[in-house]
Amino acid sequence: MMGGYGDVKLLNDDGTRLDGRAIDEMRPLTAEVGILPAADGSAIVTHGLNVAIAAVYGPVEAHPRKIQRQDRAVVDVRYNMAPFSTSDRIRPGYNRRSREISKVTAEALESVVLVERFPRAKISVEIEILAAEAGTRCAGITAASLALADAGIPMRDMVVGVASGKIDNIVVLDLDKAEDNYGQADLPVGILPTTGEIAFLQMDGDLSPEEYNTCMEYNFKAAKEIHQIMIDALKAKYDGGA
Amino acid sequence: MNGAAEGAEQRLVTPGEVIGTSLDKSAGIGVLSQGEGMIATRLGWVRENNDTISVDPINSRYTPRSGDLVIGVIEAVRNNLWFADVLGPFNGLLPMSLAPWKVEFGAARQFMDVGDVILARVQEVDESHSVVLTMKGVGLRKLKEGIMSSIPMNLVSKLKGENDENLRALSTASDCRVIVGENGRIWIDGDSTGIDLVRKAIDLVNKEGHKNTFQQSLSDMIGNTPGGAE
Repeated sequence: MMGGYGDVKLLNDDGTRLDGRAIDEMRPLTAEVGILPAADGSAIVTHGLNVAIAAVYGPVEAHPRKIQRQDRAVVDVRYNMAPFSTSDRIRPGYNRRSREISKVTAEALESVVLVERFPRAKISVEIEILAAEAGTRCAGITAASLALADAGIPMRDMVVGVASGKIDNIVVLDLDKAEDNYGQADLPVGILPTTGEIAFLQMDGDLSPEEYNTCMEYNFKAAKEIHQIMIDALKAKYDGGA
Repeated sequence: MNGAAEGAEQRLVTPGEVIGTSLDKSAGIGVLSQGEGMIATRLGWVRENNDTISVDPINSRYTPRSGDLVIGVIEAVRNNLWFADVLGPFNGLLPMSLAPWKVEFGAARQFMDVGDVILARVQEVDESHSVVLTMKGVGLRKLKEGIMSSIPMNLVSKLKGENDENLRALSTASDCRVIVGENGRIWIDGDSTGIDLVRKAIDLVNKEGHKNTFQQSLSDMIGNTPGGAE
């Protein structure tokens, strides 16, 4: 991240953060599934000011042929930020960052989807970030998991995207934009909430082993909360008449 | 609801949710046995049948199985075979040897072209999920008149009812020929008032098919109790 701005003060004197949150407090998160009639499965996740929409198509025959795998399905993720999602307009289209996030998201999702059930097929996941405020890859992966569940794709578990980081030498949960830009470290993780496995992990900046452990403790705690919101969102759509 | 599911509380589960132990039950469709636990792999309703726990998915793509009656739409024609979209992951392949006509090599297009709708049966599904269709069999044919609609494939059994009772009742009430493919496609042939009634029934399945009250709602709509047994 854009570190090095050591003179920016990110913690208030009473220990709260600039937006008033406690250090282990997450930004509010909402989720809804089945929002796009044309997709096989879809979801929208708002996390703080982030808005992520995910759509799932498939499984369908994988095209072009060269990406087909004879023994399993491929998960094809396309992460894209809308040009209007940030304060500086983003040039539309693929860039290095979106390729990277697409790749790590695809690998995280492939670890939970039962890909061996669909040889030669492709499962397309489209993640569109409508508004960005740090933590879009986490919001994106959470939305993608919900969309996959909504599409009825068999999975071992859902992946929950959460992040912790370090600002002013203190470990905090769920960095917002200022904390991400001027903070010292960021640790986004994809967690399988039922088994506690980790599907992806990235780190920007430096953390000591102790700080890392605190980050992960916060991340697991937040993952539980988010997981419950995801379950509620899935059940809210269908549990009406049971 | 029918049979074993009657009276049982319907439980909605999400992927990854632990739904029981594998010590006394075995895992059915939509359930994965992991160590001592059993986890749901799909969003759906838990169903316990004797010693098997399975999850009926709420939403899923059709997976062809051999013997299924399906309604397909021709997507491509080659010299000696047709490709039909059956709503599964892969197109079904209909070789001319399994068509109901004597077709000369190169003349396939004269019998069926892109956009034609067929009633076919799944002949074979191999381990890489290639699907071979057949039109040799009683009633299998090219569908010419009528309209096509569709429902999620997991609701097909709800629309048909036990031993196709709902389907028969619907056909009688609407005076239409109604064919429901296992892949969720529906073919309706009859006059416009009849088609309208079937369309309403299809809307009802789409909206309320997963509910316990569906059977009653459908019976109310088509004006008689199927079989009189419920």
